[in-house]
Amino acid sequence: MTVAWLRSLFVMLFAAAVLAGCQSTAPEPSKPAPEPVPTPDTTPAPPAPPATPAAFDENLNPYVPGTTRLLSRTFYFDYDRAVIIPDDLAALEMHGTVLRNNVDVTVLIEGHADERGTREYNLALGERRADEIRKFLISTGVSPAQIEIVSYGEERPEDPGHNEAAWARNRRAILIYQ
Amino acid sequence: MMGSCSWLMVLSGFLLLAGVVHAEQSLDTIIIDAGYDKQTKIAVVPFRSPPELSAEQPMSDIISFDLARSGQFAPAEEENMLSYPTSSREVYFRDWRVLGVEYLVIGQASIDMLGALTVNFHLYDVFNEREMIADSVNTTRDKWRDAAHYISDQVFEAVTGIRGAFSTKILYVLATNAGSPNAGYRLEMADADGERARTLFDSNQPILAASWAPDGKQVAYVTFETGRPAIVLQNLATGARQVLTQFTGINSSPVFSPDGKRMAMVLSRDGNPEIYVMNLADRSLRRVTRNQVIDTEPSWSEDGRSIIYTSDRGGRPQIYRQDLTNNLVERLTFQGDYNARARLLPDGKHLVFVHRNNGVFHIAWQDLERDDVRVLTRTSLDESPSLAPNGTMLIYATQDQGRGILAVVSIDGRVKYRLPSSSGDVREPAWSPFMDTL
Repeated sequence: MTVAWLRSLFVMLFAAAVLAGCQSTAPEPSKPAPEPVPTPDTTPAPPAPPATPAAFDENLNPYVPGTTRLLSRTFYFDYDRAVIIPDDLAALEMHGTVLRNNVDVTVLIEGHADERGTREYNLALGERRADEIRKFLISTGVSPAQIEIVSYGEERPEDPGHNEAAWARNRRAILIYQ
Repeated sequence: MMGSCSWLMVLSGFLLLAGVVHAEQSLDTIIIDAGYDKQTKIAVVPFRSPPELSAEQPMSDIISFDLARSGQFAPAEEENMLSYPTSSREVYFRDWRVLGVEYLVIGQASIDMLGALTVNFHLYDVFNEREMIADSVNTTRDKWRDAAHYISDQVFEAVTGIRGAFSTKILYVLATNAGSPNAGYRLEMADADGERARTLFDSNQPILAASWAPDGKQVAYVTFETGRPAIVLQNLATGARQVLTQFTGINSSPVFSPDGKRMAMVLSRDGNPEIYVMNLADRSLRRVTRNQVIDTEPSWSEDGRSIIYTSDRGGRPQIYRQDLTNNLVERLTFQGDYNARARLLPDGKHLVFVHRNNGVFHIAWQDLERDDVRVLTRTSLDESPSLAPNGTMLIYATQDQGRGILAVVSIDGRVKYRLPSSSGDVREPAWSPFMDTL
């Protein structure tokens, strides 16, 4: 063995470890920032670092990357609005990560609206909500080919009630992995 | 003269009658408000009727209920009548003048051995002791209801000068267990009085946006049966269905042009919901709106030259009119922060639409020349207004104690009635064009 070969091995192992480390640091702000990786995607990983978890459960619901906690797939909206709520951006970033790391997986985004207002305008509003999420995911680098959207307007409420609480639960978009 | 109290009892009588005598598959029809002054007092005497019709609802009841629902007439109660003429020589005008009755309808129905139904009927102007109509309806025995509605139409037109809409139909969606995995949706059609409801299409996925072809022979609607919204055409006589559009994205709001040759619709295949017009003969599409906002809920002017639609290009949903010949767009609504789903009255000068007022959704009426806006309904969460073809009444969807119901209000605000279903939530009504039913 030459020192040069050993050094290459250490670099590769180190890169692999850092890569694995990078994937699991996203949701945990207290973890120290990983050192800069020279070429994050050069070589295929060596015999898989034992810590890489499955990305999805048996129903193809994604985990928070690097954990076995399910990633939230339902996002809510304000009345009459299709704007993504700032608190949801972190989770949506993670969906972006999952999709970029699993390019043969697609996601269907369902958009919904509460019952107030006209049915057909609500079909359009539901689509706009799904589309906002789609645009955000694309902006994180997800390929448009992995995303489909559909709107159900007010037709498929989560809660059939006729009050503010029910309406708030119905103004939503849901990510369904396929 | 009969006071308003008696007329209230008359209407309660009809309320009970409507509740008791409807067929199993029908919508209840319950009059909840009818202005008591300025209504024309009319008496529809029980017709002489053959034994074959004895188990059926009396034709005179059907006619009286039709006329009462229009808001223009107050029918006399049978037990207050002093005589029961069924032929012209039995009519004593004095018997009707003392009751304050202005118009009198009498009739005789017979069925021959081949099952042909003949109904002879007369309409009299009581004060002038003048016969206004002496006519007969000839049809088949199974169309006894249609014969009654035909007579209502003739009487209504003779007295008011307006074509009657009692032989029309309504389409609507009946939803059961909405929001649950057992949800069911049925597209149904019933008579304008809620009777004889029948299922046109049954699905476990949502159905919406039903509309009529102007010849009354086809309907269009949106179905989610594939998991995505598609526009389907269905022939009423044969039940045959065909997909009209199933592009990527939204396919919705199908509305036939007045001449039946084109269909306005909403497609979002180009990135956001836009209005398109399809030529039904060759299925070619013409794109009408081109922007980054929601344009939806198109309807037509009577001359087929303009499309009225909802757009939120100004930030909130408002109503716009676009002339298809030169593409000039004009905004029509300026009051309130949400105006949508507009339909023009046949005169082209008035609009009915969904209007949000203090957070509550009502149906409103607007005079386009004077920009005068009037709220027509006292219900809330109102949607989907649809006009009767004679422009006098409008049907819409609303909620009553958490249940989806249909409601009808006359354009002049005189009468309001409700059509709930005991089977589920009803929504998405569409009033048919004038129909030939006999």
